[in-house]
Amino acid sequence: MKIMVAVKEVTTLDEDFEFRDDGLDVDEDFFLYDLNEWDDFSLEEAMRLKEESDDDIEVVVVSIGSDQVEESLRKCLAKGADRAIRVWDDAMEGSDSIAIAGILAAVAKKEAPDMIFAGVQSSDDANGSTGIAMAAQLAWPHSAVVAGLEYTPGADKAVVRRELEGGMLQEVEIECPAVLTIQLGINTPRYASLRGIKQANKKEIDELTLADLDLDAADVGAGSALSNIRRMYVPEKGMAAMIEGTPAEQAAKLIDIIKEFKGE
Amino acid sequence: MKTILLIAEHRRSELRPVSLELITAAQDLRQADDKVVLAVIGEDVDAYTSQLALQGVDEILAVKVNSVEFDADLFEAAVTSLIDSTDAKVVLMGHTVDSLGYAATLARKGNYGFATDVFQLEYDGDDLVATRAGYNQKVNVELDFPNKDRVLLTVRPSVFKPAEEAASPTVTAVDLTSLSASRTNNLQFVESGGADDVDITQAEFMMSIGRGIAEEDNVEQFRELSEMLGATLGCSRPIADAGWLPKSRQVGQSGKVVGACKLYLALGISGSIQHMAGMKHVSTIIAVNTDPSASIFTIAKYGIVGDIFEIEEELRDLLD
Repeated sequence: MKIMVAVKEVTTLDEDFEFRDDGLDVDEDFFLYDLNEWDDFSLEEAMRLKEESDDDIEVVVVSIGSDQVEESLRKCLAKGADRAIRVWDDAMEGSDSIAIAGILAAVAKKEAPDMIFAGVQSSDDANGSTGIAMAAQLAWPHSAVVAGLEYTPGADKAVVRRELEGGMLQEVEIECPAVLTIQLGINTPRYASLRGIKQANKKEIDELTLADLDLDAADVGAGSALSNIRRMYVPEKGMAAMIEGTPAEQAAKLIDIIKEFKGE
Repeated sequence: MKTILLIAEHRRSELRPVSLELITAAQDLRQADDKVVLAVIGEDVDAYTSQLALQGVDEILAVKVNSVEFDADLFEAAVTSLIDSTDAKVVLMGHTVDSLGYAATLARKGNYGFATDVFQLEYDGDDLVATRAGYNQKVNVELDFPNKDRVLLTVRPSVFKPAEEAASPTVTAVDLTSLSASRTNNLQFVESGGADDVDITQAEFMMSIGRGIAEEDNVEQFRELSEMLGATLGCSRPIADAGWLPKSRQVGQSGKVVGACKLYLALGISGSIQHMAGMKHVSTIIAVNTDPSASIFTIAKYGIVGDIFEIEEELRDLLD
């Protein structure tokens, strides 16, 4: 049996970043990279199922991106994923989350997993749409913002707990295979062991291109995007009145504010 | 003339507040003789129509389907049918847990213009322009939708004021009970675990801790500090997720909105959109964080760039 975990290498910005000359994006000199926080939890959920099962379960992580994303895939391998797939083609540059979902769906068709996990959202773009759009492309059942899962790999049904607003959960039974988007806090992600890191460095990362997935260049890349960036800018933001001084002075001022509030 | 279609939300017999915010958001896109149509989808939809009869709405569609509560498959089919029947050019939904379950499937299948978590909407000539955040809220991104004759947007909650003024729009019943069965089955609602006896929604003075406390062993000293200050102790998501404080102490979208709070002391909380949704309304927010660029400072009244442990120690000395 097989669980596919879609992961993303997210971009964080260096302090004092600058925009590109065309004003449509940040200059990539200011990019820093990391595995998306949500993906730690979806990988852990797959590892949990693998380790709790008596059957042999393969955990396959998939990411779309250039060489750079190998680092994040190695992290996943170090935490115990069995296999990693990286998909890239220059034609994919500028793909939006919906096009990425189409590529992931093509990988899923090839891999035929029993279940697919993706993060609810990525910490950089926070579209919250990739996993669910992948389900649409596959015509699979899907559930978003899953904060609890009861599932035996290979079973034809699972029970998920959707995390609703305001501290409420909803239990929903869902037909499988399915695509679930996994919420923070569903489990406690592990750290990679030194042994895991060593083993990960020896593993091959499969590389796939458009042609390998029978995808058309017109279905991916900036040209297929459902929106177009007109402008990117740093918003005007409010700013707190900063309390300066030594920690002792700052604490004293804080006490003054609290006392005033309490009417003391 | 175009139609703007809004999808209301409800749960457990109550309308979700975002439903009324969409009405206000739609007015920013209304041109000349545009029509704003608000659809409410469910089993007992008539119960909601009177609350939705508000200024800014031209027609309410009371759409009957065979599910009391949200169901991703049924709602996708229903909204697809409504987009068809209204020929809507713009569709607005809340950016919520429910829409996260099906907005992207609609966009993918319909190949619509699409953007999520939008907080500003306008027309620039004939171009619909939507603004959302990027790079973890560090930048704003202005989007348009060239060559798309239909655009689906999910709108960030608590940005637009809820519509209030009563009016008498036409109410039209739409029967979609013929839509085929879903691949999911709603079982039950459950309160998140880990409740304790404190109701943070009633607290006037809160002190919340976040990632900055670093380790579980440090929780106790901050609990003591909150007691010395006479504040109710709350936290941001990572603290509750780690089990260091019960979920009932979590402030934010998936936790609680601290409605009664007037003074909020945020220690080591950087200020995610989800956390701020639970406390940004508080009149006096004081934030302490080591990172001068932390988002929390953009909504705080007072800020201290510094180490929460140093500040904690000094506060204790002063309070002793």
